[in-house]
Amino acid sequence: MNIVVTVKQIPDPNVAPQLDGNRLKRTGVAGVLDPGDEFGVEAGLQIAAAHGGEVTVVSMGPAQAMEAVRKALSMGATKGVLVSDDALQGSDALHTARVLAEAIKNTGFDLIISGVESTDGYTGVVPQMIASILDIPSATFAKSIEINGDTVKINRQTEKGYDEVEVQMPCVITVTAGVNEPRYPSFKGIVEAKKKPVDEPGSPVAGESTSQNVESVNDAPQRGAGEVVEDDGSGAAKIADFLAQAKVI
Amino acid sequence: MSLSPEHEEFRKVVRAFADREVRPKAAYYDERAEFPTDVILACGEQGFLGLPIPERYGGAGADYLSYLICVEELARVDPSVAITVEAHTSLVCNLLYHFGTEDQKTRWLTPLAAGKKIGAFALTEPGAGSDAGGTQTSAREDGDDYVINGAKMFITNSGTDISLLAIATARMADGQISAFIVPVGTPGFEIGRKLRKIGWHASDTRELAFTDCRVPKHNLLGESGKGFNQFLAQLDDGRIAIAALAVGQAQGCLDECLRYVAERRQFGRPIGSFQAIQFKLADMATKIHHAKLAVYHAGNLRQNGDPFKIEASMTKLFATEMAVDIAREAVQVHGGYGFIEEFPVARFYRDSKVLEIGEGTSEVQRIIIARQLGLDPGLR
Ligand SMILES: Cc1cc2nc3c(=O)[nH]c(=O)nc-3n(C[C@H](O)[C@H](O)[C@H](O)COP(=O)(O)OP(=O)(O)OC[C@H]3O[C@@H](n4cnc5c(N)ncnc54)[C@H](O)[C@@H]3O)c2cc1C
Repeated sequence: MNIVVTVKQIPDPNVAPQLDGNRLKRTGVAGVLDPGDEFGVEAGLQIAAAHGGEVTVVSMGPAQAMEAVRKALSMGATKGVLVSDDALQGSDALHTARVLAEAIKNTGFDLIISGVESTDGYTGVVPQMIASILDIPSATFAKSIEINGDTVKINRQTEKGYDEVEVQMPCVITVTAGVNEPRYPSFKGIVEAKKKPVDEPGSPVAGESTSQNVESVNDAPQRGAGEVVEDDGSGAAKIADFLAQAKVI
Repeated sequence: MSLSPEHEEFRKVVRAFADREVRPKAAYYDERAEFPTDVILACGEQGFLGLPIPERYGGAGADYLSYLICVEELARVDPSVAITVEAHTSLVCNLLYHFGTEDQKTRWLTPLAAGKKIGAFALTEPGAGSDAGGTQTSAREDGDDYVINGAKMFITNSGTDISLLAIATARMADGQISAFIVPVGTPGFEIGRKLRKIGWHASDTRELAFTDCRVPKHNLLGESGKGFNQFLAQLDDGRIAIAALAVGQAQGCLDECLRYVAERRQFGRPIGSFQAIQFKLADMATKIHHAKLAVYHAGNLRQNGDPFKIEASMTKLFATEMAVDIAREAVQVHGGYGFIEEFPVARFYRDSKVLEIGEGTSEVQRIIIARQLGLDPGLR
């Protein structure tokens, strides 16, 4: 089975983000493999181990994103593709999906796994767009994945519980945090990752990289002070009311 | 001296592991003086209990430098976990790997290096500490067995649920000292009480007693009678690892201080804005930097097969004394809160002192260094 996992390098979330104009600064800042993508890589590795096949990681980003690709390779992926092109700077979700879909088409695929959304941009639409461009089905928010022959069955996380969803391969699956526990790379894995093949094509699609323009960036509003509930015996009930109002319970 | 990009990458992995899997439980196990079996087995699953051991013997097939990095990063959050890994790897796995027969490696090294079990090294006795050559424990030949009698003191990793064996030194009939593999459960091998310590609470330290304890002859480790000298050479390895542990815990102290001085306000401003505090932190960072260079320099010598005896002792001496100083200053920077157990620096302070004692006291390191300088300490 050809398993493709899309991965992205994001600025280290433990460091305060910096702006480059109206865009997030991505080069020259410490980057990490998006923690959300680690679940995708782990899912791919587990499926490959159980059902045979290999895992190819596909990424779009500046040259520096090679670190994220290598991280995925050190976890055990077989090979990588990094599409890096100055013309792609500032790409919006749709253009990113076009580029990734084209790269995925070139590597061949049976199953494409992505995180639900990136931890920096949070658009959460790229995987579905890839499925649409490749004209294959997608099943999203998987909290578990089961493969039976050509069929992928997922438990799709919902607000109330989960739906069981079945799709035919080839397809795109997005995975939530909690679908598995991503492994830590071993020292040997790190050394071997340097020798694994990574294809570095330029942008395979022409045209405008974005149809969006960020006009301005503003700080998120400060959170107001919380409400303190004095417990005079009715504390639990008051908190339950509050949670019910917030539609949490 | 520099580490390869692969080593730096591995450091990130161990750091992430330590932050996620070790840090949240450090205070819990320390407070209860309980051995963190789950944490150590998790280390085992990552290959951290056999980093420098080849894969054919269950190890991770990494190298000595990656092992030092691992000990350093674990100590940054929990010195008890780090010493558990260190004693197991430097003193037990290393000895089995270097001196074990093929059979001994298959049978004993493999489960240890694979991280399923841990091992103990039993050299120190109630009457023989710095003077390890003063071993009183005896090993007498009897048919196909050796019969061991004697007592051991301060033995790390000896009485946990996952302890597999002790490598015990004993004097033979000809007066020479050898070492024996004594599996847990051998009749006559009594694992004594857990010692109450001022630090390293989560590390298992015990007295051991051997009473007519029989082990088969093939449990002799290394060449008969040569054991002692071979082992002393091997101890140099462990000294660099203890220095790495010291560097890690000192870094842990500095991390805590950096966080605290930004939060704590007195006289209307963060205490980190006072030059007296800033200078303490600047001194800490400077000392850690130098100790770390020394650790990885000695580690590189060892890894390349170059002589490193004097470097190992100098590094152990310098790094451990530094770690004790820094732990004391870290408490000072925290004021009264540093004396309260909720703050990690209180634990680091208690954990630090033993660094100047275990695997050769500071005085013993100075003796070794003086000897390497060509001076005669006048000892046997
Ligand atoms: C928590 C802990 C864990 C340990 N784990 C292990 C283990 O797993 N296996 C093991 O075998 N041992 C272990 N040890 C023992 C440790 O290695 C010894 O404690 C150490 O070597 C010192 O021996 P001692 O305690 O008998 O002190 P002593 O040797 O009695 O020393 C007392 C003092 O005299 C000084 N001194 C001694 N000789 C000289 C000299 N010639 N010149 C100048 N000063 C001298 C010492 O430096 C020290 O200050 C552990 C100890 C501790 C505390």
